[in-house]
Amino acid sequence: MFRFHYWLERKAIGFALAIVLVASIGGAVEIAPLFTIHQTIEDAPDMRVYTPLELAGRNIYVREGCYACHSQMIRTLRDEVERYGPYSLAVESKYDHPMLWGSKRTGPDLARVGGKYSDEWQVQHLNDPRALVPQSVMPSYARLGRNPLRTDDLSNHLRAMRAVGVPYTDDMIANARADAYGQAAPDSPLAEGVGKRYGEATNVRPFDGAPGVLTEMDALVAYLQILGHLTDAAHKTVATGQ
Amino acid sequence: MKPERDPETGWMTTGHEWNGITELNTPVPKPVWFFLIVTALFALGYWLLMPAFPLGSTFTKGLLGADDRAAVTAAVKEATAERAGWTGEVMAKSYAEVERDPRLMAAVRETGRTLFGDNCSVCHGREAKGGRGFPNLTGSSFLWGNSPEAIAETIQVGINSANPKSRVSQMPAFGRDHVLERPDIENVVAYVMSLSGAKASVGNVEAGKTAFTANCAVCHGPDGKGKTDVGAPNLSDQIWIRGGGEEASIYDFVWGGLQGQMPSWEGRLSPLDLKILTLYVVDLGKQRP
Repeated sequence: MFRFHYWLERKAIGFALAIVLVASIGGAVEIAPLFTIHQTIEDAPDMRVYTPLELAGRNIYVREGCYACHSQMIRTLRDEVERYGPYSLAVESKYDHPMLWGSKRTGPDLARVGGKYSDEWQVQHLNDPRALVPQSVMPSYARLGRNPLRTDDLSNHLRAMRAVGVPYTDDMIANARADAYGQAAPDSPLAEGVGKRYGEATNVRPFDGAPGVLTEMDALVAYLQILGHLTDAAHKTVATGQ
Repeated sequence: MKPERDPETGWMTTGHEWNGITELNTPVPKPVWFFLIVTALFALGYWLLMPAFPLGSTFTKGLLGADDRAAVTAAVKEATAERAGWTGEVMAKSYAEVERDPRLMAAVRETGRTLFGDNCSVCHGREAKGGRGFPNLTGSSFLWGNSPEAIAETIQVGINSANPKSRVSQMPAFGRDHVLERPDIENVVAYVMSLSGAKASVGNVEAGKTAFTANCAVCHGPDGKGKTDVGAPNLSDQIWIRGGGEEASIYDFVWGGLQGQMPSWEGRLSPLDLKILTLYVVDLGKQRP
């Protein structure tokens, strides 16, 4: 064993192959077999996919780097469960590509923030965080309310998600743009299709308070308000002790 | 070529050369082997004790049977049991009984402050003094009444929330929906301002009173003192939830309407947490100077 490198170091290709072999052991032993283990991901047959507006909001969340300060994973620790609610399950992020679990919190965890605060609060807070939370160090995102949301590529975003396994139907992809408008304009004829395609429980509201124009603020608030509500699997399987 | 001793360092060479360059044979130092073996043995022990190896459709559970989910469930259960003494009493007793018990109220204030900070303070403020659009909870003016039962109901179902039992309240957009025209609104604003002793720059108070009686009194009451059963605020005091009672902001509200929102906390907070928060908010109202 102590003389093995005598032989190995002289064979360049053999050495390279040996490195590849050793480096892949970790993945082969620890990661690949997880795909065959049913317990890795829980069942959530009732889970719905993100609507086009929520998906657009998610893209803004990623673009603005929200994940750098906010995690979306409640860990299996008592203080987290008591503060944020049931710990996160793997299945809850099965439509997240990429996942936004995060490992560092400057702000609070957002995995279950959906519905915790009103739309109006979310908009005011994104506009000027310190007006509501004086000790906050979060930057202002007021410009999101001034940026019109880009909707012409939403169908492609849905198609890309479908390519990695999110079950969007052809109907959803074809109507992505209309559904994005409809979700933020409850009184418009487009709103009906959103409930039909994504379920009646979907939030259909003028998220940023102005129903006329679809802004990036609408999309981000729509996304924030659905966090933790795509499935209630975590509430079913987890006892919070209360 | 054969391995040979390097005259400079005294080490052996590896015995092969690249364009005339030979290489010293410097094997991995013994301490590195030592620690490699020790950590490998540690890993082996850890694999045996903790959940580790995937086995097709399941995995090795480990000799210790460690399970994060079971551990956190047990920890929360234990914490609940630790608090069961006073929390049991809070749940069993009526609001008035708990309020009379200084020992229970001390616990309610401490736990309530944490719950309030986690859940309510982002809107109502850390000291519950509210902000623009978010009511002050330390005052005497509660939109839906300040009895513990009314406060408990508001926290539980919310206002204009997604909860099917939500409290519902909406001020119509009198101007946008053409119920009142601009001069009428100016008169109403003048009247509303006169209720709290302020004076508007335009508008006729007497005409405003007539328009108020016809359009606003059904919710805000004939004298503008508000109605807690429909969540209509008292307009005759100095307390303003939105704006500061300026003429322009009152005009905007009459023109465009208002519909505030408070989330429902029923599913998010336990019945115990809801009761503690109710008691905490009731207590805030009593502590005001």
